Amino acid sequence: MSAAAGDGGTRVVGPVEAVLRARRDGGGKCLVVYVTGGLGDDWLDTARAVADAGADAIEIGIPFSDPVMDGPTIQTANDLALDGGATPVTILDALRGADVGVPLAVMTYYNIAYRMGLERFASSLASAGVAGCILPDLPLEEAGPWLDVAAQVGVEPILLAAPTAPDERLPRICASTRGFVYGVGLLGVTGVRAELAASAVEIASRLKRITDVPVLVGVGIGTPDQAVEASRHGDGVVVGSAVVQRMVDRVGPEGVAGLVAEFRTALDAR
Amino acid sequence: MTLQEPTPEGRFGEFGGRFVPETLIPAVLELEEAFREAWADPTFRTELDALLADYAGRPSPMTECHNLSEDLGCRLLLKREDLNHTGSHKINNVLGQALLAQRMGKTRLLAETGAGQHGVATATVAALLGMECCVYMGEIDVKRQELNVFRMRLLGAEVRTAVSGSRTLKDAVNEAMRNWVATVTDSHYCLGSVNGPHPYPWMVRTFHEVLGLEARHQSEALLGGPPDVVVACVGGGSNAIGIFSGFADAETELVGVEPAGGAAVGRGVPGVVHGMDSYLMQDEFGQVLEAESISAGLDYPGVGPEHSHLASIGRARYEAVTDDEVVEAFQMLSRSEGIIPALESAHALAWVSRERDSLVGKSVLVNLSGRGDKDVAQMMDILA
Repeated sequence: MSAAAGDGGTRVVGPVEAVLRARRDGGGKCLVVYVTGGLGDDWLDTARAVADAGADAIEIGIPFSDPVMDGPTIQTANDLALDGGATPVTILDALRGADVGVPLAVMTYYNIAYRMGLERFASSLASAGVAGCILPDLPLEEAGPWLDVAAQVGVEPILLAAPTAPDERLPRICASTRGFVYGVGLLGVTGVRAELAASAVEIASRLKRITDVPVLVGVGIGTPDQAVEASRHGDGVVVGSAVVQRMVDRVGPEGVAGLVAEFRTALDAR
Repeated sequence: MTLQEPTPEGRFGEFGGRFVPETLIPAVLELEEAFREAWADPTFRTELDALLADYAGRPSPMTECHNLSEDLGCRLLLKREDLNHTGSHKINNVLGQALLAQRMGKTRLLAETGAGQHGVATATVAALLGMECCVYMGEIDVKRQELNVFRMRLLGAEVRTAVSGSRTLKDAVNEAMRNWVATVTDSHYCLGSVNGPHPYPWMVRTFHEVLGLEARHQSEALLGGPPDVVVACVGGGSNAIGIFSGFADAETELVGVEPAGGAAVGRGVPGVVHGMDSYLMQDEFGQVLEAESISAGLDYPGVGPEHSHLASIGRARYEAVTDDEVVEAFQMLSRSEGIIPALESAHALAWVSRERDSLVGKSVLVNLSGRGDKDVAQMMDILA
């Protein structure tokens, strides 16, 4: 870990943030890709292939029975993984010692962490080599206990910033987030949309004005063109459903990686 | 004790809170502020009281069940929420929330429904107030509550089938929340029970306190004081909290009756889903279990956070009854008193019937939260 100035003093920079800052400071755009943990026998190979294809960091989804921020694609992937016997324990066990090649963050819902116990959950992430964690149903108002535990254990809690947030709320989110600040690209749940929402550009711009933390936009980034457009105003994108759809379609690790390479190429060529 | 306002963080003891995506936080904060302001405004209260009286038909009567009392050996009273317009207590809350939504400038009501009673109430009030209405209902419930689906459509609402997960009430809530995330600018989520994120558990309780207050006055008149026992069915727990609110300060025993297949208090451990920290049926990893009940309205693995609190401090107790006991009780009230109860309300009666020996000589008030017309088709199949 290293330290970075900005956002009101010295903050600890973990592996996710370090790699994203390096990409940004080198003039590039960041690409974080979501892979559903436990989906099929080859999800870990998929994660490695996604890293090789140019993702800067990977979100590993730990499936939850009631994912209220997720649209049909990730819901389906969740259900398939759960039906296949995936649990938080099997996923974290698989990650332990698996060198994926880029920093990892898990994305799951708060009850998974709450049920395990926040300390035990954070320690499990750390011992599995997972650097960060995204909990989309844990807003700032309820995040205190988790932020404390994450800081103690050294996990980067990645917070979301929504298009509906008033101006006064965004600096508070940016001050508490680690890794990056996850700008929610639209009013709605995860999933591919035909057009990039105007709100994606807007949230990226609003966040960039107030923070030095990497600003990534996710939710509704389904094509390389949309990724390029959203990245013009922020530091990069999170791509989930478009990639997960390929996992659901069982195209194999290389097939998934092919799409990720298209995003990488487009972001590099802009 | 009387039922308290939750903490500023929306907690009843350790339960409650606001576990929603960031996108919805401004909406729940705005709702809380708007509710506080409206509730303190005599104009709002007068308008709501007028609708409750002239449109919903309040106050609802209290009926003494002379025939059943003789059979059971206790003095059995029913608070007749089944006689409200739309056939259940749900209208109290919907009138309150819809007026509030209008006041907040929202043009669309979004709701989830299990048995369809809350959906019908929402569709009804949307029609009255000229608002757009969209109701999510689980695919299984759409089939077993066909009549209510037709009712909602007749009233001009759009009924959307939730096909995810267990395809019952839990998933209707998920779909409604997903839709709310996308439509929060002009839609008000008219949540149907005392669950969800703060301020819903407290606000919905407040809108149902009218029934508890009436019941308190009516038992004073009938019994000369509060009853020994108050019994209500509990899914999310709105009718129960409504009637408990009238007797929490008395020495009355408060009993919530859950379905054996959806006993969040009885079988759950604290968990977070649908915006709240409350007792929840879940597995060792935190995956929410699917409830299984004959009654679509109680087919829910969670429970309102205030019930978790009342259970944890011992002010109310929560018991479970089986589907078979409910079917018995449904017929018992129909035959003995000429009142066909909702399957939900039949849970409370089933507990009274089962526990009759320990209730001998006591006065027992059951909240008859809804009428059974909607359940007749399902019962025809079950009793065939």
